[in-house]
Amino acid sequence: MTTTVYVPRDAAALSVGADAVAAAITREAALAGRAVRVVRNGSRGMLWLETLVEVVTEAGRIGYGPVTAEAVPSLIANGMLDGGDHELRVGVVEELPWFRAQNRLCFARVGVTDPLSPEDYRAHGGLTGLRRALEIGPAATVAEVTDSGLRGRGGAGFPAGIKWKTVADTPGELKFVCCNADEGDSGTFADRMLIEGDPFCLIEGMTIAAFAVGATEGYIYIRSEYPEAVRTFRRAIDIAYAQGWLGDDVLGSGLRFDLMVRVGAGAYICGEETSMLESLEGKRGVVRAKPPIPAITGLFGKPTVVNNVLTLASVPAILADGGAAYQALGVQRSRGTQVFQLAGNIARGGVFETAFGISLRDLVEEHGGGTLSGRPVRAVQVGGPLGAYLPASGLDLAMDYEAFAEAGAMLGHGGIVVFDDTVDMASMARFAFSFCAEESCGKCTPCRVGAVRGVEVIDRIVGGEDVDDNLALLGDLCELMTDGSLCAMGGLTPNPVRSALQHFADDFTPRRVTP
Amino acid sequence: MTVVERVLAVIEAHRGDRGALLPILHGIQAEFGYVDQSVIPLVAKELNLSRADVHGVVTFYSDFRSEPPGRVTVQLCRAEACQAVGSERLVEHAEAAYGVKVGQTGADGVVTLAQVFCLGNCALGPAAQVNGRLHGRLDPARLDGVINAEYEARTS
Repeated sequence: MTTTVYVPRDAAALSVGADAVAAAITREAALAGRAVRVVRNGSRGMLWLETLVEVVTEAGRIGYGPVTAEAVPSLIANGMLDGGDHELRVGVVEELPWFRAQNRLCFARVGVTDPLSPEDYRAHGGLTGLRRALEIGPAATVAEVTDSGLRGRGGAGFPAGIKWKTVADTPGELKFVCCNADEGDSGTFADRMLIEGDPFCLIEGMTIAAFAVGATEGYIYIRSEYPEAVRTFRRAIDIAYAQGWLGDDVLGSGLRFDLMVRVGAGAYICGEETSMLESLEGKRGVVRAKPPIPAITGLFGKPTVVNNVLTLASVPAILADGGAAYQALGVQRSRGTQVFQLAGNIARGGVFETAFGISLRDLVEEHGGGTLSGRPVRAVQVGGPLGAYLPASGLDLAMDYEAFAEAGAMLGHGGIVVFDDTVDMASMARFAFSFCAEESCGKCTPCRVGAVRGVEVIDRIVGGEDVDDNLALLGDLCELMTDGSLCAMGGLTPNPVRSALQHFADDFTPRRVTP
Repeated sequence: MTVVERVLAVIEAHRGDRGALLPILHGIQAEFGYVDQSVIPLVAKELNLSRADVHGVVTFYSDFRSEPPGRVTVQLCRAEACQAVGSERLVEHAEAAYGVKVGQTGADGVVTLAQVFCLGNCALGPAAQVNGRLHGRLDPARLDGVINAEYEARTS
């Protein structure tokens, strides 16, 4: 009898030796005279357990982690292939509390299936959403997405249905669907894991979007820092064409949709949608002034849907189960589920998909297990490099767009970066400015010059130079960047700076030389 | 093949693409290891762009190198999540151990040290990409091991 063993192919798992683990399992099983089929799945998202090996048994998929290649001989000797006991055995994966506490819609198949198997995709509900869309027609598809309350998962949270309707209502022979996979925020990796773990879901979501708005060409802009995602997605597109899921006659419906991968080139600003469009056009990734909005004048001046990976990957489930089922999840105007990402100095980091409204403290302390170092949590940054720093005392905050906006913070792309009590918040504030200086596209002065001046002012403050005057100057500078910048890069850089000053003022007292 | 023929072959492969300049520049860097100043006029002529346009694009994006890299390219993540688990100590170690600053290639052409802001491995930091392969939970000893292995793979 052949035993099926899952070993993830996700980049995070590869980064801690998953390939070597897979090779060791094949080798050791052969030595033990056991027939095994090693399937390379996506990651379950419990990244502290990577490499998480799963063995299919009658009791379910039994997990072992974190497994190293060196541990494989002992695991197999102890009966891992029959689900046997071992210190690395974690039990049936789907019954782990961390896993059961989630509500996986977007990530339903990630870690479960072989990401590049069309049979797996179909067997786990794939294509149901697209078939339904083709059945009910474009207008009803847009209406379903609008009714679901789905908001853009890239950070801005714009209602997806309204964006789609604008594109659908704008006349044009040529329209585009662009997927923004330039996931540059530190602390975020859900887009990458979805692309590597369930690429067909994203292809299906983009195809539904194209059908809904009347687009015939799609582009996915993946950052160059994600070579595994690029490789996986290119292979997935080839397979999808061969299956008739893309091309001149999608699923025999007569729908034409072509999908291409474009790779970024190391510019954070290209995650801003207009800058990404410039980059897709082969230009410098310089931000465009809005209006005109991309929905009307987008890629090459044509009507264009620009959505984040998770937004588009949420669409197949919405179409399959209906907008109302999605709308039933979440709180107030934040509907459905959000894929939170626990990162930084965290004991149990990974992706955690659940309905909006869970508290930040539950995520960080209960599910995340506090810091990796074992020291007290001091600060948490939510929403990427442009998100606010929250103090350990401020974690009783509901994870939804409006609650965060009220607290002067933002949810962004759902990234949560934890710091322990050794962090120097003045240096984090300085880093926010220096990051902005490094990554600014240079088009508008508040961002281009303001970021450089910000670094200088913080250096003077911690250096003890005219502290009060320089603090006032820093306040002015933040206000100017917030009000005067063309896009969120310059406009939101003051977020981490101001929140650091507000909650960790002691760190800004002149007590040492600048790092 | 001459340099010109190799560049033309890359351009030809992307002839039908919309806004093909970025894929072409990636192709040229994959072919030569870097984008030499001397190829810019040729790319500009073939795409009917000005040399200034092409130069502007090449220099905007940090991926495009103007010089050949070392045998081992190390991209150390310095974004917030990796900083929270000690990426700056790793940078200090790498700079001292390999005698290069971030952004430089050693005089012996062995190691190119680069910084990167986020590799998407934020729960398993500090992270680095070494010759295109991602590594997590790095400490100085593990980083040295990875660099040595890559160096030996490139020289044997």
